[in-house]
Amino acid sequence: MQQKDIKRLTLYLLFAPFVLWIFLLILLPHIGMVILSLREKIAPRVYEFGLGNYIDFINEPIYWNTLLRTGSMSLLVTALALIIGFPIAYYIAKIAGNRSRGGLFLLCLIPLWVSDLIRAFGWILLLRETGVISTFLLSYGIIETPIEFLYNDAAVVVGLVYTVILFMIVPLVSTLDGMDNSMIEAGYNLGGNSFTVMRRIIIPYAMPGIVSGCIVVFMLTAGSYLTPILLGGKNSSWFTEQIYDQFITRFNWESGAAFGFLLLAFTSIVIWLGLKLSGQTLANTVAKS
Amino acid sequence: MTITPAYDLECIDIAKSFGDFRAVKDVSFTIPSGSFFSILGPSGCGKTTLMRMIAGFETPSGGDIKIKGASVLGTPPNKRNVKMVFQHLALFPMMNVYENIAYGLRCKGVSNDEIKLKVQDVLERIALPDVGHREIHQLSGGQKQRIAIARCMVLDPDVLLLDEPLGALDLKLREAMKIELKLLQHQFNTTFIYITHDQSEALVMSDHVAIMNEGRFEQIGTPQELYHRPNTSFVASFVGDSNRWSGKVADSDGTGGKVRTEQGLDMAFSAAAGQTISTGSEVDIFVRPEFIRTIRENDPAAAISDGDNRMSGIVDSLLFNGANSRVLVRGWSGELIEADVILTGTDDLAPGEKVDLVWSPAQAMCFEKTGAA
Repeated sequence: MQQKDIKRLTLYLLFAPFVLWIFLLILLPHIGMVILSLREKIAPRVYEFGLGNYIDFINEPIYWNTLLRTGSMSLLVTALALIIGFPIAYYIAKIAGNRSRGGLFLLCLIPLWVSDLIRAFGWILLLRETGVISTFLLSYGIIETPIEFLYNDAAVVVGLVYTVILFMIVPLVSTLDGMDNSMIEAGYNLGGNSFTVMRRIIIPYAMPGIVSGCIVVFMLTAGSYLTPILLGGKNSSWFTEQIYDQFITRFNWESGAAFGFLLLAFTSIVIWLGLKLSGQTLANTVAKS
Repeated sequence: MTITPAYDLECIDIAKSFGDFRAVKDVSFTIPSGSFFSILGPSGCGKTTLMRMIAGFETPSGGDIKIKGASVLGTPPNKRNVKMVFQHLALFPMMNVYENIAYGLRCKGVSNDEIKLKVQDVLERIALPDVGHREIHQLSGGQKQRIAIARCMVLDPDVLLLDEPLGALDLKLREAMKIELKLLQHQFNTTFIYITHDQSEALVMSDHVAIMNEGRFEQIGTPQELYHRPNTSFVASFVGDSNRWSGKVADSDGTGGKVRTEQGLDMAFSAAAGQTISTGSEVDIFVRPEFIRTIRENDPAAAISDGDNRMSGIVDSLLFNGANSRVLVRGWSGELIEADVILTGTDDLAPGEKVDLVWSPAQAMCFEKTGAA
């Protein structure tokens, strides 16, 4: 009996940090935010319960335009990361030898050892008017005057793809790795060409990995702050920037909290739609890899 | 003038090297249409490489492969009319049974109506008419096996390759599938090439068996030929069980004679595979357990013909396995000899009993020693 109690106590103690973390750092702040977002400011230090902050969002096109823009750009980044990441993952999982596989994986990981900030500055060094690319093109006479590559949407997309692609590659490598090579061979043996094998066998097999990679990448992109600000400048109009403005610049915490929830709801809906369209479930995608 | 080639598959001096390692060394063989041909060999003998070359997944370093008389060397795997059942079957888990079978037909561009007919037809032929809508993971091991074969047969291949497909099944099912495969082959009347390291699979199912060792074919023949008239000592030791002695020929007339084994036993032998064995050569002798008679010492009822080999020993243990029971006898020089016995349950041999082992010289197959064997 005593043995059993000790076992149970150990279990509780082991679980305690996780429960505390979920409760204190995730659940509690979010409940606070919900309450905060539902408070309307009617006079200095006078608040009333209501949906005013959310109604403000709907009434102001610049707010929801920014949200839609963030969403569509994030989808673009996700698609690009998938298109670029899939061949890399396929190479690592299926073509590279056992020895080079580890090295290639490491190469993908190395950028993560450097902070987001430093990586963004790296791109700034390359892309700015007096940066490496502009100077190079100038010295070879390809362009006449220096070009500013920074502070446009393309720079933001490039920077974001670079930051998040690893999170696409890892789940893809792990699903493709689990695929028996003879399945691909069977695809050819039964008369399929490279295109049919890719479309009918490899991609359907890798679907859980593709979906889980897309979910992670989309979430990371839509919620990113540093890269869009640094590479896109004031024009980036990223929704996280809007939230930051509400909280810090305008000191309007109520509306900032409402925006935060809107972003959460928006990304959740997009992911739910994505799962429905691809016929996958959270359980066999993100939970697996 | 068109001549229907008599052979579905011909391999001419086919070879494959991986760097310095020669996996397949100049193998030649022909397989008549509609036969069940097995390639039997220990793991690592090159049989899978050979099969992958026939399927087109590996390019031979030399030689030629002809299917229905036409060379397929330049043909990519998806254009060859050779289908393959993989070791782990490689059914597509994201498709149901119907789609798995329809896959090859869709690749060919067959119309949907025809696909429906053909898939239903092949499902009926493998006696699984109602599984079309099932997912792969809902099938049993034997059903998966049959679906994997159906998936290939629906495409009407010239040759069907099977790469140890029974390896993953449990013993009971494996025994049942052996018979079933043979029946399926009869039914489809297509040439089957079956790769295995399990001799009982090869012997039971095949019309012809090729024994492969270290990249070479040691012997091609019917299962009976291989068992009773092996050409080399490798075949004699690999196919079936046998007791093996090494020794030196003491006296020989070329086709038979006397040998003195390393244990100092004198034995009469007959030269196997039409070899001429001369006096003084080093030889290996194989005697199958079923040809050794075990009789109680000084049993007056036992009839022993003249010239039979005879040796005395003590029963070490009985290996009871129903009709396949064996007795292990320790000879006077210490070696263990296996012999088949019939155990009736009454008055059987018991460990410790003194017995005589008797076998005829005709059953003592003798091979001259080659370097490694």
